[in-house]
Amino acid sequence: MSETPIMFYRLQACPFCERVTRMLDELELDYRSRFVEPMHSERDVVKRVSGKRTVPAIVDESTGVTMTESANIVDYLERTYGGSA
Amino acid sequence: MVELDFDVVDLPERDHVEEGDVAPDFTRPLVNEEFWEDRSLSDVTEDGPVLLVFYTMDGAFPATYIWNEIRDREWETEFDVRIVGLSISDPYSHKRLIGERGIDYELFSDPNNTVAVEYGIPNDLDGMTGVSEPRPAVYLLDDERVVEYAWVAEEWPQFPDYDEVEAALSEL
Repeated sequence: MSETPIMFYRLQACPFCERVTRMLDELELDYRSRFVEPMHSERDVVKRVSGKRTVPAIVDESTGVTMTESANIVDYLERTYGGSA
Repeated sequence: MVELDFDVVDLPERDHVEEGDVAPDFTRPLVNEEFWEDRSLSDVTEDGPVLLVFYTMDGAFPATYIWNEIRDREWETEFDVRIVGLSISDPYSHKRLIGERGIDYELFSDPNNTVAVEYGIPNDLDGMTGVSEPRPAVYLLDDERVVEYAWVAEEWPQFPDYDEVEAALSEL
């Protein structure tokens, strides 16, 4: 289990974000949600942390990983925190 | 503040959080100019004194007046205080208000008005059936959420006595 909660940048009702939410919940990971606006131009905070204005994006301080794109994120979470069984 | 030349309505007396009480903790989305996330009041107070401002829904004229006045007084530069607001407006509206008023303050969003109920300051709005919001109120809290100063509207509409708030801030 990570020590610092994973910071999860998301947009309300965005299916790609929900996909990440499901994986975070499935792996019982500790995370904090930061919601941003639908308009890309209003997502400077995401751009600052990830270099892009797309969501979902995560910042996992315990591994030093910052990542965008739901498929990448889901893979990463599974690889890093899943499969311990 | 301009003198308002129209009739005001007396609000009923009721018990509410007062000076010396510990302000009830709560967790709600806290909105800044870029995003929002769940934060508790105690997260905010743990860094030092907080001025918690309950105000009418974003878009009502008192919201504009209150935030213009507080912004112009720049209390956060003179005193060791963090200013946060709370209204029933949703996070999207809060982001707009922050932009329109040009304020650096964060705003809690409480559409169900349950925080106001906890504080004893709910105000059912006549003519807006089913809509309740906080009475205008200002609470100055120390780092353990003890109320150092409280002002709660007794009339509607009514504005805080900003000089009195400032006096309380200078006693921090």
